[in-house]
Amino acid sequence: MGILYLLATLGLVQGLKLMGEPSRARTGNLLAAASALLALAAITWACYRPETVGAHLVLLVLLLVAATVIGRVWSYRVPMTSMPQLVSIFNALGGLSAVLLGVNQVLAMGILPANRFGSTVLMLGVALGGLAFTGSMVAYLKLDGRKLPRGNRLHRLGARLLLLGMLLALALLWVLPDASGSLALLLMLVAVASLVYGILFTLPIGGADMPVLIALLNALTGVATLLAGLIFKDPVMLIGGILVGATGLILTAQMSKAMNRTLRSVLAGSIKSARGGAAESEEQVRPVTAVETASMLAFGKHIAIVPGYGMAVSQAQQAVYEMQGLLQRMGAGVHYIIHPVAGRMPGHMNVLLAEANVPYASIHGMEEVNDHMDRYDVVLVIGANDVVNPAAESDPDSSIHGMPIIRAYKAKQVVVFKRGMAKGYSGERNLLFERPNCRVLFGDAKESVKAIIDELKRI
Amino acid sequence: MNELHYQLTDIDGVFVLALSLLLGFEVIRNVPAVLHTPLMSGSNAISGIILFGGITQLLAAGPGEILVVVLSSLAILLGAVNMAGGFFVTHRMLDMFRATSKRNTEH
Repeated sequence: MGILYLLATLGLVQGLKLMGEPSRARTGNLLAAASALLALAAITWACYRPETVGAHLVLLVLLLVAATVIGRVWSYRVPMTSMPQLVSIFNALGGLSAVLLGVNQVLAMGILPANRFGSTVLMLGVALGGLAFTGSMVAYLKLDGRKLPRGNRLHRLGARLLLLGMLLALALLWVLPDASGSLALLLMLVAVASLVYGILFTLPIGGADMPVLIALLNALTGVATLLAGLIFKDPVMLIGGILVGATGLILTAQMSKAMNRTLRSVLAGSIKSARGGAAESEEQVRPVTAVETASMLAFGKHIAIVPGYGMAVSQAQQAVYEMQGLLQRMGAGVHYIIHPVAGRMPGHMNVLLAEANVPYASIHGMEEVNDHMDRYDVVLVIGANDVVNPAAESDPDSSIHGMPIIRAYKAKQVVVFKRGMAKGYSGERNLLFERPNCRVLFGDAKESVKAIIDELKRI
Repeated sequence: MNELHYQLTDIDGVFVLALSLLLGFEVIRNVPAVLHTPLMSGSNAISGIILFGGITQLLAAGPGEILVVVLSSLAILLGAVNMAGGFFVTHRMLDMFRATSKRNTEH
C-alpha cells in the first residue's frame, strides 16, 4: 500500500515535470493519468474493510466508469475554440466536490476534526472550494459570451463583508472555548458565504484579464485539494494539490507580469478609467480594403500575423492558415507573433493555431522578435488591440503604460483587422491606428481573410 | 479505515506540505507558452484527486446512511469527471500539437 502510494506520488510529480517540455508533454500527461489511476486503486483497497457495504463498492465502480465516459465524451465533443470554457467547467466541478466533502464529513457523518488546526483546515478547504466553484461558473458564463453585470460598488461592498464574515468564522474557531459544538453551523455559513463570494469576486474581472483569473481559480482548487489532503491525511491528495496550486500560481504570476499589472489590480477589476473625451470619431483612422491589403501582401517578403481574441471569436484560424500557405507559395516568409496574454486563457492562441495546423516553427513569442519588428514588410493584426498599442510605451498617463507590447508600429506597414471602432478591453484609444504606416480593415476577421485569399489567388 | 492505510499525522502533513511546495515551484518553472494551456488543463485534472476523500467517506458509510452515500457519491462523480475529462482533453490537445509538429517536419 505504502509502496503503491509512493509510486503514484512520484509518477504525478514526474508527469507534471514532463508536461512542461514540448517533446515529452504527451508522455507526461499519460504518466500522470496512470499514476492517478494507481493511487485510485490503492486508496480503494486501503479503505475497503470487512464491514464495508458491498453495494457501496459497486456504486463506487459505477460512478468512476460513468465519470470516465462523461469526461471522455465531453472533452472530445467540445470544439477547440471553447477550451477556456471547458477548463473552467472542469475546475468548477473540482471545487464543488471539495465543498461537498467538507459538508458531508461534518454534517452527515458527524466526524469532527480532532483539534482547532483540523477545524481551520476543514473550513478553509470548504471556503476555497466554494469560491473556486461559483467563480469558475461565472468565468465560464463570461467566456461563453453571456452578458453579466460588470460588478458595481454594491457587489464590492458585499464581497468585502462576506470575506470579513468568513475570516470572523475562522477566528471564532480559535476564540470559542469549545468550538466543536458550533463547528457544523459555522461550516454551513462559511460554505454559503464562499459560494456567494465566488460570484461577487469574479463579476468585475473580465475580458483581457481572463487568463489571470482562470489560472488563479485553477490554483484555488489545487489549494482546496491540498487542504483536503491534510484532513483525510492522504499524501497523494496533499502532493497533488500542491502541484496544482503551484502550477496555477506560477501561471497567474506570469500572466500578471505579462500585463504589467499587479494581481491585486486585476482582482479589483480596476483599470484606471481611460480618459474620456476622446470621441471615437476623432481618431484618425485610415481604412483599407481587402483588395489593397492583398496587394500589399503580394509585394511583401516578410509578413507577420499578430492574432488576438478577435481571431478566436470569428473562428478565422483556418482561413489564416490557408492565407499563410498562399503567401509562402508566393515566396514570402510568414511569422505568427503571440503575446503571452493574447486570448482568454494562458496559451490560448497556441491551441487555436495548432488546431488549424499552423507549424510550431512559424510561431514566435513576443520577446523573440520584438527587437526586429522593422524587418517586417506587413504586419497583420487580427483581432488584437491592447497588446499592440504603442501608448503602453509612449504615454505615461495611459492605463496600460508599462505593459510589454508587440511593437507592430515599427513594421513598414500595419493592417489592423477590426469589426468596428470598439476599443480594446482597457478602453484606451489605440495610438497605433493613428500612425501613418497603419491602415484598418473593417469587417469580420474571417470574411476579410477569405476576401484576401480570393484576391491573392487572382494575382 | 484499516491498518493498511498509510496516513499522515498533522505535523507530517505540514512537513510534506512545506517540502513539496518548494518541489512544485521548481518542477514547473520556465514552461514555454505553447504548453501553458495543456499544463493548466493537466494540472486541473490532477486536482480531481479530491475525489479520494469521497471514496474514504463512501466506503466507511454504514448500510442506512443515505445522506452520506448521496453526498459522497456526488463528490466522487464530480471529482472523477474533473479528473477524467481533464486528462482526456489534455491528451487531445497534445495530440494536436504533435500532429502539427509532424506535418512541419515533413514539409
